[in-house]
Amino acid sequence: MKPGHGEVLIAEGDVEIAEDEQRLIEEFRRQLDAGRWAAVPYADPEGRRQAQMVRSFEDIPRAADRVIFFPRAAGGS
Amino acid sequence: MVLALAATAIVAIALLSEELLPRVEEAWCRHRARRRRAELTPDDPGRERRAEQRARVLLRSCVNEEEWAMYRDLGFLRVWGSQRDGPAQNEGTEGAPYGYLIYPHRAIVAYLAQTHRLLGEYCVQFPDGTRPYGSARLPDSDDVLAKWMALTGDERRLISTANMHLPGRQLDPGRVKRDLWRLAQWERARMRAAVRDAQSSLKLDPAG
Repeated sequence: MKPGHGEVLIAEGDVEIAEDEQRLIEEFRRQLDAGRWAAVPYADPEGRRQAQMVRSFEDIPRAADRVIFFPRAAGGS
Repeated sequence: MVLALAATAIVAIALLSEELLPRVEEAWCRHRARRRRAELTPDDPGRERRAEQRARVLLRSCVNEEEWAMYRDLGFLRVWGSQRDGPAQNEGTEGAPYGYLIYPHRAIVAYLAQTHRLLGEYCVQFPDGTRPYGSARLPDSDDVLAKWMALTGDERRLISTANMHLPGRQLDPGRVKRDLWRLAQWERARMRAAVRDAQSSLKLDPAG
């Protein structure tokens, strides 16, 4: 998510392909180093939609089809 | 004579320059600031609208059909709280169910589900310090989605990050109560429509 733009595709690839996975790991780290939060939206077994916050690449479920990065939350006024 | 006139003119210019120079300088600064601002935000009035359109598509793909319809129809989202003692430690809800109303670029409001008593406002922002398109502010629907993801993914972390205030600091409690009433009406209407649909499909398929 980006101000003034909305959704931007940062990287895509297949985690089953080593080269792709390495690229995705690097991009994931770059986003977190830039101070962004990462979340994976999913549906639980009862069909409820929610998100899982992920702090490392290993936290991402292998079946996840996307990770959404967004600016870190800060207290507002 | 000419000499006297020239001397008078020089004195007049010197006197006027004291008055005029700051104004000229100020006008020049204003002109430069306008140009700087124009460079940061190219003249594209549709950009924000397109950004919001993209954000709505993304939000719709993440939340369920009911939540999407709620946001589309009412302008806010409701998320149920999952902490046993309520959103904040000093707000003991004694196990009573509670929820949050998520408004775009407004505080998150916590309330008790049964009584609609407002528990507090949680002010949180998602500022992008890099200001990639001249603004640090996410489109409305992205702001709602960020709150939704952070609340459903790690409620405690988001609430501890937010600045907590008593109800009424940013949002009029009367308006929030009206929104809760609208939400209840909206849910009843959806339930009635679902029952009607179920009955009509039974009539269409009497053998089933």
